[in-house]
Amino acid sequence: MNYHWDWQFFFQEADDGLKYYEWVISGLGWTTAVSLASLAVALLLGSVLGVMRTTPTRWLVAIGDAYVDVFRNVPLIIQLFLWFFVVPELVPEKMGIWMKQDLPYIVTAVVGLGLYTAARIAEQVKSGINALPRGQRFAGLALGFTEWQTYRYVRLPMAYRIVLPALTSEAMNIFKNSAVTYAVGILELYFQYKQIIEKTSQVLEITIVVTLAYFTLAFVMNRLLAFVEKRTRVPGLISGTGGK
Amino acid sequence: MRKSLTVLALSLSIAGLAAPAHAQLSGTLQKIKDSGTITVGHRESSVPFSYLDAEQKPIGYAMELCAKVVDAVKSELKMPSLQVKYQAVTSQNRIPLMQNGTIDLECGSTTNSVARQQQVGFSVNYFITSVRMAVRKDSGVKDIGDLNGKPVATTTGTTSDALIKQNEKGKAIDVKNIYGKDHADSFLMVESGRAAAFVMDDILLAGLIASSKNPADFAIVGPSLRDEPYGVMLRKDDAPFKALVDKTLIGLMQSGEAEKLYNKWFMNPIPPRNVNLNFPMSPAVKAAFATPSDKGVE
Repeated sequence: MNYHWDWQFFFQEADDGLKYYEWVISGLGWTTAVSLASLAVALLLGSVLGVMRTTPTRWLVAIGDAYVDVFRNVPLIIQLFLWFFVVPELVPEKMGIWMKQDLPYIVTAVVGLGLYTAARIAEQVKSGINALPRGQRFAGLALGFTEWQTYRYVRLPMAYRIVLPALTSEAMNIFKNSAVTYAVGILELYFQYKQIIEKTSQVLEITIVVTLAYFTLAFVMNRLLAFVEKRTRVPGLISGTGGK
Repeated sequence: MRKSLTVLALSLSIAGLAAPAHAQLSGTLQKIKDSGTITVGHRESSVPFSYLDAEQKPIGYAMELCAKVVDAVKSELKMPSLQVKYQAVTSQNRIPLMQNGTIDLECGSTTNSVARQQQVGFSVNYFITSVRMAVRKDSGVKDIGDLNGKPVATTTGTTSDALIKQNEKGKAIDVKNIYGKDHADSFLMVESGRAAAFVMDDILLAGLIASSKNPADFAIVGPSLRDEPYGVMLRKDDAPFKALVDKTLIGLMQSGEAEKLYNKWFMNPIPPRNVNLNFPMSPAVKAAFATPSDKGVE
């Protein structure tokens, strides 16, 4: 294969006066911003939904179940298109025009990615809570805790520790899934990747760089949460390794 | 037995690459002769250059030009039964597939640019597209000056903002760039009122308008922000093959046959939906036919 390797092109100036490596850095910034904002939305909403699905209240369970069913069974790119193209046509006209012309695109992207990931986190939070012995709730109630207090002081602290490895996966996934938001106009890393290929045709160099960039983002998230996992570990719970 | 044949074939082809057995042949022509096949890279939806018809067969203006090139290869190599294979390519993979030998020539809508010439070769240019803008007729946007402060859609690959700024009239204006995933998305942004204009190659805009729900609602307006030549993509530094391709295309341009093909694909109803693009030959295309050139755009 007679490929013309040229790593220097990253330092060439592009049409807009920036250099190509600056395009990569700007893409990296948007990817990080979209991912972290979506993760915050997903953790918050996912936890609320996960808790709702374990309460004794039927209609709360039904809402939570329906949410997870809908958002987990529709592909992410379709959900983003729904928020971006369809929702503005369904709301009152003035609001639709505002959504189309004034609302920053990152809001649409964060809503789309956050709500999608929330469904997955809700599923994990629910299984974490359900993994606890039922006696923990009963003990809490017997001590005079309200239902909410049994969650706050007894069940959630344990449940989060149990599902932290699964949440770590989700947090890593969100960086990778954020690549899809290029489809709703976010100038993130994958967008810049496509743009740089079109402009320079140096496919292999930019593919290598972008691969490493995504790997690094996901890996840093992984190490960060592994650290959190270690710091919050309760001796004797789950595995005995932390019990020293 | 089969293995030893493969080894034999491999060593022959390696020997062929290292030192051409037939002194008069090299590069792609040698490869075609040795393999008995020529592989034509095509696009799936570059209307009307190279796209799939209802039977999933690649057709289009560029495909017809390439068919003539394939005929020329057949007579050059005296191989009338040369096998022709078709391989769909995308804008992301077309260059690597050319470089690794999967395709021998690419007939689509590939801009012949100086940057790409670092990687691949190009034939003489067979089409010139102008970057202009599609607007809704009811938007009141008639020229670049009308875009000040408005959102403008474009698809990954061309930076409309930079092009608009480069254009003299546009120097004093500032637009908000928004990006569609593909041309259909960018066009939808104009259709739904998200963007005031879609800045793109005029021929692609004409195709999108022609196949939209109400073609009469849209117009292509403004001056050309940039002219981009399309060429047949070849392997780099393969002079004998390029000479053959160029000779064929220049012959078609001079005999008037290229213009007939142009009219067939740009001025008449074309499959699969019998839409007429109504896209008369621009002065730039006429000039490209009159004085063929393989010069790439900066």
